[in-house]
Amino acid sequence: MTNPLFQKDIISIADLSRSELELIVTTAQSIKKKPRPTLLSGKVIASCFFEASTRTRLSFETAVYRLGGSVIGFDSGGNTSLAQKGETLADSVNVIGSYSDAFVMRHPQDGAARLASIHANVPVINGGDGANQHPTQTLLDLFSIYETQGTLEGLKIAMVGDLKYGRTVHSLTQALALFGCEFFFVAPEALQMPAYLCEELDSAGVSYQFSNELEAVLPQLDVLYMTRVQKERFDPTEYQHMKSQFVLSATMLHDVKPNFRILHPLPRVDEITTDVDATPYAYYFQQAENGVYARQALLALVLTEDL
Amino acid sequence: MNKLQVEAIEHGTVIDHIPAGMGVRILKFFQLTDNGERITVGLNLRTSDGGSKDLIKVENTTFSKEQADQLALFASSATMNLINNFEVVDKYQVQLPQSIDRILQCPNSNCITQHQPAQTRFYVNHSNCTPTLKCQYCEKSFSVGLFKELN
Repeated sequence: MTNPLFQKDIISIADLSRSELELIVTTAQSIKKKPRPTLLSGKVIASCFFEASTRTRLSFETAVYRLGGSVIGFDSGGNTSLAQKGETLADSVNVIGSYSDAFVMRHPQDGAARLASIHANVPVINGGDGANQHPTQTLLDLFSIYETQGTLEGLKIAMVGDLKYGRTVHSLTQALALFGCEFFFVAPEALQMPAYLCEELDSAGVSYQFSNELEAVLPQLDVLYMTRVQKERFDPTEYQHMKSQFVLSATMLHDVKPNFRILHPLPRVDEITTDVDATPYAYYFQQAENGVYARQALLALVLTEDL
Repeated sequence: MNKLQVEAIEHGTVIDHIPAGMGVRILKFFQLTDNGERITVGLNLRTSDGGSKDLIKVENTTFSKEQADQLALFASSATMNLINNFEVVDKYQVQLPQSIDRILQCPNSNCITQHQPAQTRFYVNHSNCTPTLKCQYCEKSFSVGLFKELN
């Protein structure tokens, strides 16, 4: 039977159904347990990063190589003749798509991946388009949550930090809302979850609450998803006051549930102190490693009809 | 005198019951002046209930249902009257469509449609009393008042 993601563009988390998300997560788990080193043998994947992103690019390229495929592409659009000769994105994608079996792209402008998908004759996978979407980050987050909890269903999850501008928390919240999770949004008032997203949750009957105290919510949680509060968004005095409210340290973890795990999209700055790393709850480095498995799963599903 | 001071047309379309103040905007958004046909515009015309409205008469022009429904964004109460031989031969009220294609520019300055050639499309969210439009590309939602027409 043809898998539902075969030859599908992966542009936005909102395009994926609950069952498709589950399929990606379980495929990632299966590939992690049992590598498939020849699955994409003979396939060429274009990895076109019109903007630099070292970890996402290396993670994608590692995923391709571990499945036996080959990579063509570039790691910064400014160095290519595409940028220097003024070719349109549509024409670039059309041509590069004709050289490859799938097109992974990152671009600094919102919606670039959707435009590319209209013009490419191969599946386009969005590796991040401006401030819009970064669906593979959400897929690796989902896989990490599934791996640590054994389910995605009905979990209690706190999103902490810059929830206003953080596209990772937006997409992850939208995805987890499909699984009946309950949310705690822990952020300074100025950086709380956008109203449009809360309205989406309201319409879907999803339960959530706001807080500006991290420690108070910890004992209730299955998963804590930390992000950084960016210093430049506040004046120095305000930032110092706020910083202490949104920094996680090992001493705060005395009353958490045994299955409790901490995730972070990385890079971390100082919002998780290094003494947390040695606790059984820290999972952010495994989460980063899971990026390769999640991207392997996605590539495998998009390019293999009967996986 | 309660009679409208607007000349009748022989063939074409009368867009009636446009909220006062929206007539000129509709002319611009829908580029109604571009086809060279005679257009009569009435602004702030008095209505029987003491309010006011705008009205547009476009000669020798008919609108597809899709085009007409796009008007609903700016004038949800508008009615389209198809005129033939000075008679109204069809009349219907506009309804919000599922999407608005090609005529609006995304307000997001970082949207790819502001930097690359692309036909814009906005999905209409009907769930609120004030509709919002979500860009097909950048996925951001905007209220109608934020939009400019495409050049």
